[in-house]
Amino acid sequence: FYLTPPQVNSILKANEYSFKVPEFDGKNVSSVLGFDSNQLPANAPIEDRRSAATCLQTRGMLLGVFDGHAGCACAQAVSERLFYYIAVSLLPHETLLEIENAVESGRALLPILQWHKHPNDYFSKEASKLYFNSLRTYWQELIDLNSGETTDVKEALINAFKRLDNDISLEAQVGDPNSFLNYLVLRVAFSGATACVAHVDGVDLHIANTGDSRAMLGVQEEDGSWSAVNLSYDHNAQNEHEVERVKMEHPKSEEKTLVKQDRLLGLLMPFRAFGDVKFKWSIELQKRVVESGPDQLNDNEYTKFIPPNYHTPPYLTAEPEVIHHKLRPQDKFLVLATDGLWETMHRQDVARIVGEYLTGVHHQQPIAVGGYKVTLGQMHGLLTERRARISSVFEDQNAATHLIRHAVGNNEFGTVDHERLSKMLSLPEELARMYRDDITIIVVQFNSHVI
Amino acid sequence: AVGMFLRLLSDVRWQAANPKWRRTTCCRRSTSSTEEPHPISLPAQAHVVICGGGIMGTSVAYHLSKMGWKDIVLLEQGRLAAGTTRFCAGIVSTARHASIELKMADYSNKLYQQLEQETGVNTGYTKTGSISLAQTQDRLISLKRIASSLNVTGIPCEIITPKQVAQLHPLINIHDLVGAMYVPEDALVSSASVSLALATAASRNGVQIHERTSVSHVSIQKGRVTGVETDRGQIQCQYFVNCAGQWAYELGHSGEEAVNIPLHACEHFYLLTHPLKEPLASNLPTIVDPDGRIYIRNWQGGILSGGFEKNPKPLFTEGRNQLEIQNLQEDWDHFEPLLSALLRRMPDLEALQIMQLVNCPESFTPDMRCIMGESPTVRGYFVLAGMNSAGISYGGGAGKYLAEWMVNGYPSENVWSLDLKRFGTLQSSRTFLRHRVMEVMPLMCDLKVPRWDFQTGRQLRTSPLYDRLDAQGARWMEKHGFERVKYFVPPGKDLLDLDQSKTFYKPDWFDIVGSEVKCCKEAVCVIDMSSFTKFEISSTGDQALESLQYLFSNDLDVPVGHVVHTGMLNEKGGYENDCSIARLSKRSFFMISPTDQQVHCWAWLKNRLPDDSNLTMEDVTWKYTALNLIGPRAVDVLSELSYAPMTPQHFPSLFCKEMSVGYANGIRVMSITHTGEPGFMLYIPIEYALHVYNEVMNMGQKYGIRNAGYYALRSLRIEKFFAFWGQDLDAFTTPMECGREFQVKLEKGMQFVGQEALLEQKQKGVYKRFTMFILEDHDTDTDLWPWWGEPIFRNGRYVGKTTSSAYSYSLERHVCLGFVHHFDEKTGEELVVTTDFINQGEYEISIGGQRFQAKAKLYPFSSLFTHRRRKDEVELSGYQRE
Repeated sequence: FYLTPPQVNSILKANEYSFKVPEFDGKNVSSVLGFDSNQLPANAPIEDRRSAATCLQTRGMLLGVFDGHAGCACAQAVSERLFYYIAVSLLPHETLLEIENAVESGRALLPILQWHKHPNDYFSKEASKLYFNSLRTYWQELIDLNSGETTDVKEALINAFKRLDNDISLEAQVGDPNSFLNYLVLRVAFSGATACVAHVDGVDLHIANTGDSRAMLGVQEEDGSWSAVNLSYDHNAQNEHEVERVKMEHPKSEEKTLVKQDRLLGLLMPFRAFGDVKFKWSIELQKRVVESGPDQLNDNEYTKFIPPNYHTPPYLTAEPEVIHHKLRPQDKFLVLATDGLWETMHRQDVARIVGEYLTGVHHQQPIAVGGYKVTLGQMHGLLTERRARISSVFEDQNAATHLIRHAVGNNEFGTVDHERLSKMLSLPEELARMYRDDITIIVVQFNSHVI
Repeated sequence: AVGMFLRLLSDVRWQAANPKWRRTTCCRRSTSSTEEPHPISLPAQAHVVICGGGIMGTSVAYHLSKMGWKDIVLLEQGRLAAGTTRFCAGIVSTARHASIELKMADYSNKLYQQLEQETGVNTGYTKTGSISLAQTQDRLISLKRIASSLNVTGIPCEIITPKQVAQLHPLINIHDLVGAMYVPEDALVSSASVSLALATAASRNGVQIHERTSVSHVSIQKGRVTGVETDRGQIQCQYFVNCAGQWAYELGHSGEEAVNIPLHACEHFYLLTHPLKEPLASNLPTIVDPDGRIYIRNWQGGILSGGFEKNPKPLFTEGRNQLEIQNLQEDWDHFEPLLSALLRRMPDLEALQIMQLVNCPESFTPDMRCIMGESPTVRGYFVLAGMNSAGISYGGGAGKYLAEWMVNGYPSENVWSLDLKRFGTLQSSRTFLRHRVMEVMPLMCDLKVPRWDFQTGRQLRTSPLYDRLDAQGARWMEKHGFERVKYFVPPGKDLLDLDQSKTFYKPDWFDIVGSEVKCCKEAVCVIDMSSFTKFEISSTGDQALESLQYLFSNDLDVPVGHVVHTGMLNEKGGYENDCSIARLSKRSFFMISPTDQQVHCWAWLKNRLPDDSNLTMEDVTWKYTALNLIGPRAVDVLSELSYAPMTPQHFPSLFCKEMSVGYANGIRVMSITHTGEPGFMLYIPIEYALHVYNEVMNMGQKYGIRNAGYYALRSLRIEKFFAFWGQDLDAFTTPMECGREFQVKLEKGMQFVGQEALLEQKQKGVYKRFTMFILEDHDTDTDLWPWWGEPIFRNGRYVGKTTSSAYSYSLERHVCLGFVHHFDEKTGEELVVTTDFINQGEYEISIGGQRFQAKAKLYPFSSLFTHRRRKDEVELSGYQRE
């Protein structure tokens, strides 16, 4: 049994989304041309989330991918809330005052973000009031703290990440009289999520990363070839600095138990994350909250389980590492993706596949033998590869979809194999996670005319 | 570049062979050659001017001069053999489907073989043989059909096993083959050298050859060629031959009066490699792998391999000058499928080093056949072009036939399928040609199955009823641009997809057509036959009658309202056309001919009718919609609609009357059906077509009326032994040879064209006889179906070929029609065929190599006829056309 190509396409394209920055006077003055995003679930339901929004009170565009674990609650909350925290952190004092006054007097609020959402990307209605109140408390504090200095993007990003994680933690500790909300905030806090967020404003690109999602810049060399530049570091056991950091933060006695089997305390793959209060709260706090919490929480073995060798919490932080990059004309695109992609593809291949997709097959140079010594076999290999590339490019109108097609369907020769693609996509739900992870990708295309 | 290389070789040879030409040809291969002095100035006049110094032009010059014509000038815009000829792959292959093409290729092969001896020019002729591979059983059937055709033509050929293929060629991978056809006499040549050899011989025979002379246009006066204008001056001439290859279309359109030569170029790619480590032997057979769409020949120890891809690249749609042909790009990505096929066929070639991918444009025609003959509009303007990539195979034969045509008035073989006049202006749209050649080029390698229709360039000419019929499930075929119904698919019934419906066996529409035939025999059917060519010829006095009496063999001096079936014969008594002529009044006639006669018949009559302003001929094809009402109840339907008695007493057979049908007046009703079944043809002015059709269908309901198509018609006419022009009848067939003596009135009191030849034949007897064969031990469900071109064996000896075939639903047998010859057993000389000779033989028909017993008949089964009417000339004496 195989899926037909149209069936494969309908699965691959179910979650694809594209946004083009609108042009004025036939010109796009933004450094971003637009973006393509897509998700392919392996978990049911999918635990990845994505967000994209344009800042309306400041300049710039925010894009992020969020990889949830132990459920999707935390990733969902972060995907809804983080960009507001970032936007607020970036707002000048006067704007904050204006907003606060509007809320105070019940006037219409200045819109802060314009979201670019796929219909499947949803916001929780029930929690919006709660989330809003937390956010308002944050900006009120910012107003009180008024330093008078212009906001540094890097600092704003770090503050926003930390503040949101803090709010998640607090909301869970305080609880909510509404039992649904009460259960929700607890689920958010006890699940976890990594975040990889890009803020693009003109030629300034900031990447704030927490966890093991990754941001990668696609660079076109002078000879037309493609190379990849990492704009984030994975926070996991493979990152020596990260292991070092964790060890520094805890007594030497715990050195051997901190990282086991490449996992934090032998349990958690990412070394930084939102939520995951099991790795942040004291044992007492955890026990108190779980016991006073709703029955569902109490019955859940996972939440009750205290990590082994849990001596000096917190073991986990949501603080991001921020990298600033000034965009250059050769920087053509940015790929943000959860580890589901990076597990299956090397970044160099990602750069090439997306680069060739975006520049289009028309740019594929015709082959000329000229004076070279080429055998029929070599030529045949070369042509087959070019053809496979062209045929898969033609099927996709979305760079992220194109990348997913390669990530899932590539054979050993680096070309999409329909049979393999069909097999991977027709795996039953319970098996899918064993062969692949959720994949979420955002491909941002930069505007070379402006940069 | 390889082109350069060939050029270099040919230059050297050309000089050696033609010392007097040294000054023209020893020039450098530089680009700035336009200013070079021409040693010989153009003559002011000539008998024939040939334009084009490729294989076609030189072959025509060679043959014309050989046949004794003088004053021939050949003009070439660049250098001899510099166009497609230069790039040609040089394969001479006789493995052709159509017998005329096969004969041309066979002649070419024999001509090239002795050309070096004749001219002293090295042509590179090597007898390598060719092997056509079959990857599927269907392909093998197709090869077997060609093989049996080659064998009866006397060309050695055998079907071999994959193992034998491996023995003949060391590199071939045979694991996916089911068989192959081996033609040991096929050859390789250097096509440019062949062309130069022909030019050398022609020039020795007095042909003047001028290079770097381009024809700007042809001068025409009163419909005749009078001369050509060139960039080096004017030449007056009586004959002009357009052999301009892919520029032939443009040249045809350059003059004041356009000559339509429907061809269009496509890019064609082939690969050249360096020699193998162990260079390939020069006599290694050429491989044709049609399922892989490629051909492979040895080339200087390496290989040359090209093919016909599924997605061809047409070019020069807008017309270009020749310079661009040099600059065409290699396109490796485009060549990839062919390269894959090559490496699949010869995996050991992987390590072979590439030399070049050659892009060589070829010209293709709308029906995959080349274009030859005289323009229908300009006398003395001849054409030979559009070789569909087989120029070198056809070159010799095609040049010969065209030369014969010019010298004798007609070639020695029936070339109707190649005749320029099979096309009209309607095939000359560039858009049409561009689309059509994109379909034609891949067809070079596609399986050729019976009843195949082109899919592009369709819905050009349609009946006003097209949409109505289409909505009722009509499936269409095309003839001369006109859409015609094959059959109607009943609601709820599905047929196979076009690709899957290709078969050599029983087709999927078998039962559908069967029920249409049944309805024709038991009730009444309507067939839209509007595509027929219709002319009206009238005069103020007796000019029309007199002229027609001279041009047609039957007696047309019949009472007004009578319809006469008659041949339009040539001097040798052969059928140039086969038609029905109704006498509308004393002085006007309505003539109905086959669809594809529109151009040919018009030209034939135009050239022969006296130039008299009181005699007019008009093509009224577009003015009338023709409905054929077939079946025993047709008479009831029509009499109810017209309130007129239509019974045989009131409306005898072969009768024509203008009457009203429904509200519409002036409908020409004729009591003929072209099938031998009772019924009527209705010629309806087109604005009434829908009305009359609706009335007929409504009224017919109670008589069980239904729509039918041409497949039903075909089955009906063939089981009645009706021959039709273009398939069974041609310019080499006389009425005497097909049992139609009664349509010839030798004693009609005046001379007519072909009379002498027929008189002679009447005395001496005929050398071939049209015969009907009923297949005896043929299983319709499981055996290969006959098509046409199947060899006929009498007492085990080959006596002729079939010309058409159909399944007869009444006989529940296949019926084949064909010609029987009588070859002397010892000398092979053709002898007179007598009735006894036909009747006293045991016959077999060979279908794809398998022989089936057949019963020969010279007259149709009388029991099939339910109605017998006018005793001396029932419609069985009639004719049929499709």
